[in-house]
Amino acid sequence: MKRPESTIGSMPISLSPRASVMSPAHVGAATHCPYCALQCGMYVTREPGAGDGAVTVTPRQDVPANEGALCQKGWTAAELLTGGARLTTPLARERRDGPLVPVTWDDALDRVAAGVRAIQERHGADAVAVFGGGGLTNEKAYQLGKFARVALRTSQIDYNGRFCMSSAAAAAGRAFGMDRGLPFPITDLAGAEAVLLAGGNVAETMPPFMRHLRGALIVADPRETRTARRAALHLRLAPGTDLALALGLLHIAITEGYADEPYIAARTTGFEAVRASVATWWPERAERVTGVPVADLREAVRLLGTARTAVILTGRGAEQHAKGVDTVTAFIDLALALGLPGRAGSGYGCLTGQGNGQGGREHGQKADQLPGYRRIDDQAARAHVARVWGVDPAELPGPGRSAYELLDALGTPGGPKGLLVFGSNPVVSAPRSGHVAGRLAALDLLVVSDLVLSETAAMADVVLPTTQWAEEHGTMTNLEGRVLLRRQALAPPPGVRGDLEILADLAARLGRPGFSGDAGVVFDELRRASAGGIADYAGITYERIAAETGVFWPAPSEDHPGTPRPFLDRFPTPDGRARFVPVDYRPPAEEVDDDYPYYLTTGRVLAQYQSGAQTRRIHALNDAAPGPYAELHPGLAARLGVSTGDMVRVESRRGATEAVARVSAAIRHDTIFMPFHWEGVNRLTNPALDPVSRMPEFKVCAVRVRRPDAPGGSEGERGRRP
Amino acid sequence: MGNGMAGSRLAAEVRARDADLTITVVGAEARGPYNRVLLSNVLAGTASPEQVRLPAQAGDGVNVRLGVTVTAIDRAAREVRTADGWREPYDVLVLATGSEAVVPRIPGAGRAIALRTMDDCDRILAAARTATSAVVVGGGLLGVEAARGLAGRGLRVTLLHRTGHLMDRQLDAEAGLVLGEALAGLGVTVRTGARVAAIRARGVELSTGEVLPAGLVVLACGVRPVTGLAEDAGLEVGQGVVVDDRLRTADPAIYAIGECAQHDGTVYGLVAPAWEQAAVVADLITGADPSARYRGSRLVTRLKARSVELAAMGETHLAEDPAGAVEVVMFTHRARGIYRKLVIRDDRLVGAILLGEAPTVGTLTQLYDRGGPLPGDPAGLLFPGLDDAVPADTPVRMPDSARVCECNNVTKGRIRACWEAGARDLAAVTAATRATTGCGSCADAVEGLIGWLCAQEEEVPV
Repeated sequence: MKRPESTIGSMPISLSPRASVMSPAHVGAATHCPYCALQCGMYVTREPGAGDGAVTVTPRQDVPANEGALCQKGWTAAELLTGGARLTTPLARERRDGPLVPVTWDDALDRVAAGVRAIQERHGADAVAVFGGGGLTNEKAYQLGKFARVALRTSQIDYNGRFCMSSAAAAAGRAFGMDRGLPFPITDLAGAEAVLLAGGNVAETMPPFMRHLRGALIVADPRETRTARRAALHLRLAPGTDLALALGLLHIAITEGYADEPYIAARTTGFEAVRASVATWWPERAERVTGVPVADLREAVRLLGTARTAVILTGRGAEQHAKGVDTVTAFIDLALALGLPGRAGSGYGCLTGQGNGQGGREHGQKADQLPGYRRIDDQAARAHVARVWGVDPAELPGPGRSAYELLDALGTPGGPKGLLVFGSNPVVSAPRSGHVAGRLAALDLLVVSDLVLSETAAMADVVLPTTQWAEEHGTMTNLEGRVLLRRQALAPPPGVRGDLEILADLAARLGRPGFSGDAGVVFDELRRASAGGIADYAGITYERIAAETGVFWPAPSEDHPGTPRPFLDRFPTPDGRARFVPVDYRPPAEEVDDDYPYYLTTGRVLAQYQSGAQTRRIHALNDAAPGPYAELHPGLAARLGVSTGDMVRVESRRGATEAVARVSAAIRHDTIFMPFHWEGVNRLTNPALDPVSRMPEFKVCAVRVRRPDAPGGSEGERGRRP
Repeated sequence: MGNGMAGSRLAAEVRARDADLTITVVGAEARGPYNRVLLSNVLAGTASPEQVRLPAQAGDGVNVRLGVTVTAIDRAAREVRTADGWREPYDVLVLATGSEAVVPRIPGAGRAIALRTMDDCDRILAAARTATSAVVVGGGLLGVEAARGLAGRGLRVTLLHRTGHLMDRQLDAEAGLVLGEALAGLGVTVRTGARVAAIRARGVELSTGEVLPAGLVVLACGVRPVTGLAEDAGLEVGQGVVVDDRLRTADPAIYAIGECAQHDGTVYGLVAPAWEQAAVVADLITGADPSARYRGSRLVTRLKARSVELAAMGETHLAEDPAGAVEVVMFTHRARGIYRKLVIRDDRLVGAILLGEAPTVGTLTQLYDRGGPLPGDPAGLLFPGLDDAVPADTPVRMPDSARVCECNNVTKGRIRACWEAGARDLAAVTAATRATTGCGSCADAVEGLIGWLCAQEEEVPV
C-alpha cells in the first residue's frame, strides 16, 4: 500500500475535549488503568448522587490487552481518587529547614519562576534541570520536553524511563531501525507455539498479560517466580548472566541447524560476524557462566526452533544491566537467526513497564531526543521541530545528561542547581538512592509536581498538586505501540491543576508564551512535531482512537490505517534489512567476593507499583503487600539463623536497609531478592551504567546479609552450616 | 606466536583495548583459528567445520600470517625468524604455541591418526567413511569423546585405556566404571588395563599378543606443550614455558599463555584458563590495567558426548577424612548411569563428579568456581526440589489463609465465607471476590473449591 503524504502545516485540528468523544457516557468513562504498560481498559463511574465516596471501576471487554480482566491494582485504583492521601493545595517552605505549608497557586508558581530565573542568571540555562516520568501522558511528556528546550532553554532533561526501557530501546533501534515494544498486536501472542521470556515476571507485573500466552513458555529468571512456575521450562540463571545465556542459545540454534538460512539471506545483514563470534559460546561454557544446565539450554532451543511460530520477549531482568543493550542485542540476534521478527505470528518484543513507557520514550523528555523519536543531534530533526515550536533551530540545546548522571550532578559545581520533577519519585526509584537523596538536598531549588506527597515531594521547596488519570484526558501509548485515549471521568478536586496547565503557566511567567493547558491542543501540536519521525502520530486523532479502540503508530496521515505489524514487509532501516550485531559477554559490574558474598536482585510484587507512591496509599494493596522483604534461600536462612518474619539487614558497598525475611527455595542459594517499591532497597543498587543506553545496573550487585543484632561486617553469616 | 584459541583470543583482547597497536599473529596451521574444544563435535557430526571457526582478526588491522612456521626467536634483536626467511620484529612477544599430540613410541604408530587439529579431524573422517571398525587409544577426555563420536557415526569402536578406569585424572574408579557402562550402552567396547604393543596394518596389537582388527586407529594419548623455540632461546622451560603472575618469562619482553605456559607449577590443558591469561596479558601490554595478574584457574571438565552427561571438577579423588575435615557425599544408581559425588572441605565444595542426568550441574559448577560457603544441607545439591515445601494442592489440606487468587488477593477463607453467604457457582464467587479476573489461572482451583464446599454440604445431614 502506498503511504499517504504526511500533512505538516495543514493538519485538521482535533475536536475540543469538551465534545462528546471525551464525555463520560452513562456507563462511566471508558478509560485505562493508571498503572502499567498493559493499560487495561476500564470504566470509571461516579455513582449518581452518591457523593464523594463512590467511584467504581469495572473492566472493559473491548480492549484487547485485558479483554475484561483486571488485577487487584486495577480494581482498587479508584481509592486514590477520593481518599485523604491527595494533595489539594500547593505547598512551599519559607526556609530550607522549615516545614512545607500551604500557599496559593500564584505564590507557588511565582516562587518557581523566580527561583528558576535567579539560578539561570547566576549559573546559566543548564543550571536548571527537568526530570520526567514514563507515567505521563504523551501530551505531558511532549510538553515537558518542549518546556525544557524552549522555556528553560536547558539541555538538562531526562526521565525515569532511562531506568526502564533505554536498553531495549537502543538495541531494537540498532537492529530494526525502530523501537516499538511489541511490533505486533498483543493478541498475536496467543498463536505463538513457543514464547521465551527473558527476565520478566508478567504473572505479577501485568497479570492479564498471562491470558495471551498459550504456547510452550520458557522463562529465564534467577527466581522461580509465579510466571516461572507456569512455564514449561525455567532457566534459573545466575543474576547478571543473561547475555551469556542468549549467546549460548544462539550457538546451539546455529550448530543444531535451527538457523533460518533463507530468512537470514533475504531479510538481514551481518549474520556472518555473529555466527563467528558465538562459536566461542559452546553450551558447556554457557552453562558454567549462567548455571543453566546444558540439557535445559538445548531444550529451550528445541522448543523455539521446532515451533512454527515463536516469540522472544525481554523484560527488565535482562535489560537493567550495565550490559543491557548488548544483552537485548543477543536475544534479538537469536530471534533473527530463528527467522522470527517480521514474520506473522512470530517476533521479538520487549515488555514495556510504565503506563506510558512507550509514548514517554518517543516525544522528547529524553536527554538526546526530540518528538517523533527524533535525535536532538540530527540537524533536519532540529529544523523540523524548531519550525513547529516557532523558534530558531540554533536556540535548541543539544543532548544533556542521562538520568543517573543528571541526578548525580545535582548541586555539584558544574551541575544543575535547580530541578523540576514531574511524575517521578527518584528518592525511591533511582539506584544508589541514598546518594541521590543527598544530591537532591544540595539543590537551591527543588520543585515536584505530584498527586501525593511522595518521598521526593517531601524534600521539595515547592510542591504542585496535580491531576491524576481519571481526572484528566490525553493519550497513552501501550506496550504494543497502540495509542489509547485516557478519558476524564470526574472533575479534579478543587485546588488541583493538570501538569499541562502548570507548564503553560510557568512558561508564561518565564516569558515564553505558546504553551497550552489543553490536552487536545497539545496533542495536535505533538502530531505536527512527530510528523515524518519514526514515531509518527500525524494521522492519529482522539476521534480515531475512540472509533478504532486505539491506533498503532506510525500513522502518518488520517487516512493511513496505522501500523499494527511494522516489520512484515521490510525493516525501517536504510536497506530494509534487520541488522545482526555481534556482542560478547562481560561479567556484572560488581561481582560477589568474600566481603559481599551474595547477589542482590530486585523486582516487583503484584500489589504494588513502581515506587509505590500511589499503591502504598491504597488499603487493599497494603494489606496484600504491606512492606519490604528479603527473599532468602533456606540454606542461607539457616546459616543466618533466621526464619520467615525475622528482620534481616542487607548491606552493599553503597548502603544498607532492613527488611522482613521470607525464606523460600524459589530463590537461588547465592541470591537475595527484594522488591523495590519501598525506600531502602535502591540504597544498595549499583549505578554502573550501560555505555550506550546509560541504564544503571539495578538487577545485580554484591551484598552481605545478617541479623540486625549480629556483629557487623560479613562475619554475621560466617557460621558453619547447621 | 600461535593462532590457536589462545593466540587468536589474545589478538582480539588486545585490539579491544587498543585500536592502534600493531599486532602480528603467526600461525603454523594454514587455516584460520577455530574452536579446538569443539573438534570432537565435528568428529561426531554434531557441528560442521564451518560452525567452529573463530572470528578472524585480520579485518581489525591485525596482520595474520597463516601456514608460517617460526624457526627461531632472536631475543637480542627482538625478532622472530620464520621458515620462509621472514624476520618479524617485536616489542612484546607472546608465546601461544599450544601443545602437540603425544604419539607413543610403538611400531606402526604412523598408521594411526593422532587427534589434535582440524586436519587430523578431516583425515579421521575420511578414513571413517570406509572403515567399519575403529580403535581409539587413550581413555582420557578426548579419547572418550572421539570414541563416542565415531560410534555415533556407525563404526564398531573399541576404546583402549592403560590404567584401571577411564578418565582417571578426573574420575575416581567407580565413576570411571559407570562411564564405561554408559559408553558400552552406546556401542563402545571399553578395554581398561590395555597396553598397546604395535599398530599393524589390520589393527591394534596388545601386549598380550591379541590383535584388535580396525580400519581406523585414533590416538588420544595426551598432549605435550610446544616449547622447543623457547628452550632454544634460553628461556626457562619446565613442563611448559615458565611464567610469573604477569604471564611473563624472565625476559620482560616475552610472555607465554595457554597450553605452552607453566604457571605456578601447572600447565593448563583447557581453554578457560588460556582465555583468562589472554585477558591479563592484554591488560598488561596495552596498559589498560597494569595491576592485572593471573592467579591460577579452577578446572571444570565437561564431557561433550551425545547421551553422556559428565562434569568433573576439582579434587575428585579426596577420600573422607575421619576427623571430618573432608566430607564426601555420594549417590549412585548404576542401572540408570547415575553417579554423583561431592567433596566438601571447610564448608566449601572442592570437588565434584556428576555423571548421568544432573539437573544441579550448573549450581554445583558455580559453587565450585566461586568457592562460596555451601547453602545448607548438601543433599539439596544432589536432588533439586528437596528444599521445596510441598504445596497443599487439595482444598481439604489448604489452610484458610492460603491465597487461591494471587492477582486479587483472595484466600480460601474468603471464598468459603462467600460460599457460606450464598454464592454457589464461579460467576457468583467471581462477582463477590474478583477471584479469577486477573491472569485467570486460578479458575480451576476456585471451581474446585466451590465443588468441594458443595460436596461437603451434601455429606452433612441437615
